[in-house]
Amino acid sequence: MAKTIRILVAKPGLDGHDRGAKYIARALKDAGYEVIYTGIRQSIQAIVKTAIQEDVDFIGLSLLSGAHNELFPGVVDALKKEGAEDIIVFGGGVIPEDDIPGLKTRGVEAVFTPGTPIQDVIDFIEAQRPRIESR
Amino acid sequence: MPKKIENRQKQWEARTLKPALDAFPERKAEFSTGSWLPVNRVEVPESLSEDAYVEKLGFPGEYPFTRGVQPTMYRGRLWTMRQYAGFGTAEESNARYQYLLEQGQTGLSVAFDLPTQIGYDSDDSHSIGEVGKVGVAIDTLSDMEILFDGIPLDKVSTSMTINAPAAVLLAFYIAVGEKQGVARERLRGTIQNDILKEYIARGTYIFPPQPSLRLITHIFEYCAREVPLWNTISISGYHIREAGSTAAQEVAFTLADGIAYVKAALDAGMDVDLFAGRLSFFFNAHNDLLEEVAKFRAARRIWAKIMRDRFGARNAKSMMLRFHTQTGGSTLTAQQPDNNIVRVTLQTLAAVFGGTQSLHTNSRDEALGLPTEEAVRVALRTQQIVAHESGVTHTVDPLAGSYYVEALTDRIEEKVMEYLVKIEELGGMVEAIEKGFVQKEIQDSAYRYQREIEKRERILVGVNQYKVDAEPPREILKVNPKLREVQMKKLAGVRAQRSQTEVENALDALEKGARNPGVNLMPLILDAARAYGSLGEICGVLRRVFGEYRETVVL
Repeated sequence: MAKTIRILVAKPGLDGHDRGAKYIARALKDAGYEVIYTGIRQSIQAIVKTAIQEDVDFIGLSLLSGAHNELFPGVVDALKKEGAEDIIVFGGGVIPEDDIPGLKTRGVEAVFTPGTPIQDVIDFIEAQRPRIESR
Repeated sequence: MPKKIENRQKQWEARTLKPALDAFPERKAEFSTGSWLPVNRVEVPESLSEDAYVEKLGFPGEYPFTRGVQPTMYRGRLWTMRQYAGFGTAEESNARYQYLLEQGQTGLSVAFDLPTQIGYDSDDSHSIGEVGKVGVAIDTLSDMEILFDGIPLDKVSTSMTINAPAAVLLAFYIAVGEKQGVARERLRGTIQNDILKEYIARGTYIFPPQPSLRLITHIFEYCAREVPLWNTISISGYHIREAGSTAAQEVAFTLADGIAYVKAALDAGMDVDLFAGRLSFFFNAHNDLLEEVAKFRAARRIWAKIMRDRFGARNAKSMMLRFHTQTGGSTLTAQQPDNNIVRVTLQTLAAVFGGTQSLHTNSRDEALGLPTEEAVRVALRTQQIVAHESGVTHTVDPLAGSYYVEALTDRIEEKVMEYLVKIEELGGMVEAIEKGFVQKEIQDSAYRYQREIEKRERILVGVNQYKVDAEPPREILKVNPKLREVQMKKLAGVRAQRSQTEVENALDALEKGARNPGVNLMPLILDAARAYGSLGEICGVLRRVFGEYRETVVL
């Protein structure tokens, strides 16, 4: 039987724009995943702690304030520090095209910008399934 | 409906409509507005009897203000063109303001960065990554002096998007006025100061509802006495709509917030006519042009009724819903961004047909990042073209009497009233928010909207239809990533120069005052501001006394 994938949708930093995060959380839930949503204004430490406690496979970070270059890789680094680097990090929001290669180099595996259909996110998650199930 | 019209309509349906429908079915089985209100094929003048006209519409500048708050509207004076701006340091933002004023903008609107909006200094660990990003970073009075350098505060009106720490930023502004030699009686502007919608939708809250309402009431009291031309609050539906609400929900939840503020001030013993005239509102303008026009007209009519009949206002000013409008950020697309200029034009028309008092038009590139100077100029030009070339400003409330617009105005009013009754049943707006009712209603609408786009039941040009493969790269504005260090150095400089004793005394006095519910905190905050106490220090004192709000997470 296929493993039920668990996803933490999280809002790091001080940004309160949660429409996108809540949509993604609900749509992924409707698509059959187990989804936890943190609420807004979460510190990197709180996000990593929740992710480990909840034993998630993915963290989806949403940010519209422009702090993604600091906060997204911050989550990746904090996961490493806690020995939880097998949790896959992806992100979304108002992210300028130019910033995406840098984010990927620093361990954010996918970045979804405004107008992305939910199916693209699901396709990304499903493409990682073999990695998760082989653990 | 008048008999003659009814008979004629039946005849038309049989003789003309039916054969046409048989030959050419309509594009959809049912039509609805952008917010799912049903739309009839053809509206007829059933609601516009003479009595209904007098009761529901009246004349502009008179109760119930459906047709506008001033008797001459834009024939007298155009709306204030006010572009929301601010990024990076106070120096950079000051340069952008000078540029906008040179380009013919008539008021300022300050965007603060998130640490400022949440009461953290730039050197606080919460501020990492956020300093100067979505607005200007302000730590002390010193930053505020730089922000308005060369801008005489008696010559401009300034709107500040600041909520939880609104009292502190207002104090900084008053103190800058003192340094410029401008008495506070002459300061004109607005603070947003609307905490309830922060819990609902925008997220820059600090304190729990009760102390927050206390601070808001203090500002009402203080300004009524000391800063009489200041708009003490901008009760905002904008962010509620951006979070995904319908047009009717936007009005309903905004007016419900307004009711909560009026009740808080009355409970504190204020006379309604002493403060209600300085309440202002802030709405969104989306793409469904006629629904938006109806929304603005309905909002004015409902508020006038509430203020007169429920709260016993006697002064006409207390019944007037004056509002700022911003075009809908969430309607902009990252795909084919030039199309956004057209969307913004439609939304500008909606605001102007709706009788707005001031307007911000979004720049085409805002789904990509911070707007460039060129994009901001096009956005301002859009307003200027509508103002000076379109002719829609020549008469008051030009869409009045459109059977459709009037019917839609009534329909929105009905929906809003249903919500207001429901919220009262829940115990008022604070309770409705704490129970998550308001958030859930908005989220359900947002989810429905997005699903429609996914399923292409709703067409977004360039996003789910009429797409292009390759988009040309766009220039976007970059904020200096080293900004936090720059700002931290400035703050350290201010701390080294100020009198530490003076700051500590002011903060102690503030803490004592905060612990005594009978004390108005505005004068104490102003003392701390004058002593160059930082925003983070002042809010830190209040955090200790008031505690912090925790979100009710609703999914």
